[in-house]
Amino acid sequence: MILKGENISFKYPSSDNYLIKDLNISLKSSEIKGLVGDSGSGKSTLCKILAGFKKSEGEVIIDGVKKTKKNIFNPVQLIFQHPELTMNPKWKMKDVLKESWDVDHDLIKEFGIQESWLNRWPNELSGGELQRFAVLRALSPKTKFLICDEITTMLDAVTQVQIWELVTKIAKERNIGLLVVSHDKDLVKRICDDVIYLEEINNN
Amino acid sequence: MSEELLKVSNISISFIQYGSGLKQNILDVISDLTLDISQGEIVAVLGSSGSGKSLLAHGILGILPSNANLSGTMHYRGEPLNQNLKEKLRGDEIALIPQSVKFLDPLMKISEQAIGDCTEEEKEEKKAIQREVFEKYGLSKEVDDMYPFQLSGGMARRVLVSTALLSNPKLVIADEPTPGLDERSIKETLNHLRQMANDNVGVLLITHDINAALEVADKIAIFYAGYVIEIANSSDFTGDGEKLIHPYTKALYHALPQNDFKLTEGHQPLHDELLKYCPYFERCEHPTDICHETIPKLIDIGDKKIRCNRANEFKTGEF
Repeated sequence: MILKGENISFKYPSSDNYLIKDLNISLKSSEIKGLVGDSGSGKSTLCKILAGFKKSEGEVIIDGVKKTKKNIFNPVQLIFQHPELTMNPKWKMKDVLKESWDVDHDLIKEFGIQESWLNRWPNELSGGELQRFAVLRALSPKTKFLICDEITTMLDAVTQVQIWELVTKIAKERNIGLLVVSHDKDLVKRICDDVIYLEEINNN
Repeated sequence: MSEELLKVSNISISFIQYGSGLKQNILDVISDLTLDISQGEIVAVLGSSGSGKSLLAHGILGILPSNANLSGTMHYRGEPLNQNLKEKLRGDEIALIPQSVKFLDPLMKISEQAIGDCTEEEKEEKKAIQREVFEKYGLSKEVDDMYPFQLSGGMARRVLVSTALLSNPKLVIADEPTPGLDERSIKETLNHLRQMANDNVGVLLITHDINAALEVADKIAIFYAGYVIEIANSSDFTGDGEKLIHPYTKALYHALPQNDFKLTEGHQPLHDELLKYCPYFERCEHPTDICHETIPKLIDIGDKKIRCNRANEFKTGEF
């Protein structure tokens, strides 16, 4: 499978300048690709476009098909920097986790999620713990591509390794294509097969 | 020898929260924290986000919320730092560089809010000082009459830094000054901190960014589950990490992408799990019986402080 962004252009309605212009990007199954760029350069915007959260000029094509249908499971899943903002504060963690698919028990264990955390509220857990939930939540069997937008930036180095070990292991097992977005060049070099720089593919 | 500015001894900060119904829970956020800062020194407090390290800054400034409980002692230049003294010193000898641009008043012009409340007579003099400090940080005259929304991220950051310096403080507390900035702006912010320390100001840098801490700080206090488990010199984070003592500090060093990216299993205890033994017990590879019986104290080893029952054995590299 291949996820392609073709001639993507984006500008805010209030601005005259394009943030992203005629950008082409592709991601194959089981490929781990890094995307590096400065803050404000449009990394997160591009992530949202590829995941279908934001409208743009140009096309996002999955396996030769333009995504048009709504209300079906999106094979391109996006994980954000701040997990606490993606969770309903009035849901317990077990409900948060099962929001998109029926997560099996072994995987919960493998992710280092403690049984007791499932009955907690989101505000009772730290960012590292919440991010484990956010990653697992996005890993439905129907997920084909995973876009990780600075997912370990707010975490300590030890937790950062734990999260990436899990994500890359599962991506390999299931042939998921991974786009790793980060400003940390050392991190990207460490986990990715290939690195692209946003300023080099952006023609704005 | 440079003068000791702030001495924090055995500080604990806890919160009282209401659980279901009328059940009260006590949440220990910072436990038994000891730390000192001298003139011209940068001390970083390193902990993961949400670990409560910002509360240390609020504790020093005396702006904790009313349901927080602070115990332990603080001294500022030898004097006990009580609420009265805190109120007198904050914004004057002790200044805060806040976490984000959101701390600026969106409806006030930059120079007005930098100067703050003052009488007409003082105004001219204060304005001159403000202009001078702003100039030093590369903020041109136009900035004075701008509103916060007209500033770029980097400029706003410089406004926060230079505003903190207007009162000519002796101690600056920088609360997470780097997240969300690109490499260039991070470098610039850290340079500002270095510049302050060179001017003999003491800096307390609160951050989760180990790279930033390593680049600029003299000493690094590492937070784990609300406890400081090691206060090491930045220069100890080198080579194979053999100068680091606590196993968590070592794990942290080896986990960095530029080092080994080494995996360590386990997780930190949650805030509301009241600990009766070493917070690192469950992850430690070399625990003894005593480690499961009491919480170790922060002890001095050479010029460092370690919270570990077996610190001396770790130090000599017996494991």
